[in-house]
Amino acid sequence: MAEKNPTIKKLLAKFGGQIEVVASPFDKMDTVRVKRESILDVCMFLRTEDDLDYDLMRDLTCVDYIHEKPRFEVVYHLYSIYNGHEIRLKVRLEERDPTIDTVTSVWVGANWYEREVYDFYGIRFNNHPDLRRILLYPEFVGHPLRKDYPIDREQPLFEERKETKGVR
Amino acid sequence: MEIGSPPSGNIITTRLDKIVNWGRKWSFFCYPFVTACCGMEYMSTAASHYDIARFGAEFPRFSPRQADLMLVVGTICHKLAPVVKLVHEQMCEPKWVIAVGACACSGGFYRNYSVVQGVDRIIPVDVYVTGCPPRPEAFLDGIMKMQAKVDTESMFQRRN
Repeated sequence: MAEKNPTIKKLLAKFGGQIEVVASPFDKMDTVRVKRESILDVCMFLRTEDDLDYDLMRDLTCVDYIHEKPRFEVVYHLYSIYNGHEIRLKVRLEERDPTIDTVTSVWVGANWYEREVYDFYGIRFNNHPDLRRILLYPEFVGHPLRKDYPIDREQPLFEERKETKGVR
Repeated sequence: MEIGSPPSGNIITTRLDKIVNWGRKWSFFCYPFVTACCGMEYMSTAASHYDIARFGAEFPRFSPRQADLMLVVGTICHKLAPVVKLVHEQMCEPKWVIAVGACACSGGFYRNYSVVQGVDRIIPVDVYVTGCPPRPEAFLDGIMKMQAKVDTESMFQRRN
């Protein structure tokens, strides 16, 4: 049961109204929905608290629920190497303002994950040190993994790129 | 005889074209621009079992400046398009291009945000080899088609 999980007990005691335990029937992993404003505090708490010690950010990704409101959901998978326990955090974001605080100050490895989410979903991470596209190229128009990106839309063809200019 | 200006007698020009084209078509220096699974078929074609050396094209040059036949073998995505263009521009005249496989010809089954729908949108293509991936026999057929096309050209034409 999720409520017996010591991590969730501590989170509820510390953050109370900011978080909500949600069911995850598919894989039974303990899951918590966090309000957007407090994601950085929650992550820092999970990382620094002695007997929690979530030192490994396993995954950071995004889901586009196009027919729901709020539309986007950023998902964090956290793991503690020493204690061997894991938790999933979910944050819902509105379509008109898809911004969230970066967690690169907690886990340095979040940098490229957040760039990937920005690249494919257009989620903007506040205070990110280097928020550029990571897999696509700078001239790309739009964010292709959003569900309203047409599956067969063609990008404008670029025959020359800034970094190859002058290399003749 | 000076090569830059055409001699007045037609019969000599024809024979010179013939002998130059004969040299060109039996000594392709391939630049294999291999990006995907069709590359395995190219390796198979180039190795001893199918032996591309029968057509004089056994010597892949991995510098475009030393090559005259560019083999675009595999999927070309939009991110790679400027590189393909750059490599093609670095090749010296005379130069030819073979698009090998469904992806290089038309984008293949990738009709999405990332794949160029045919490499002929970026560079001029002389021969298209179909298949996903094409068998080595199809590859060799493409080489022979390329030889037939080279045989029709005049050395005084500037192609691109």
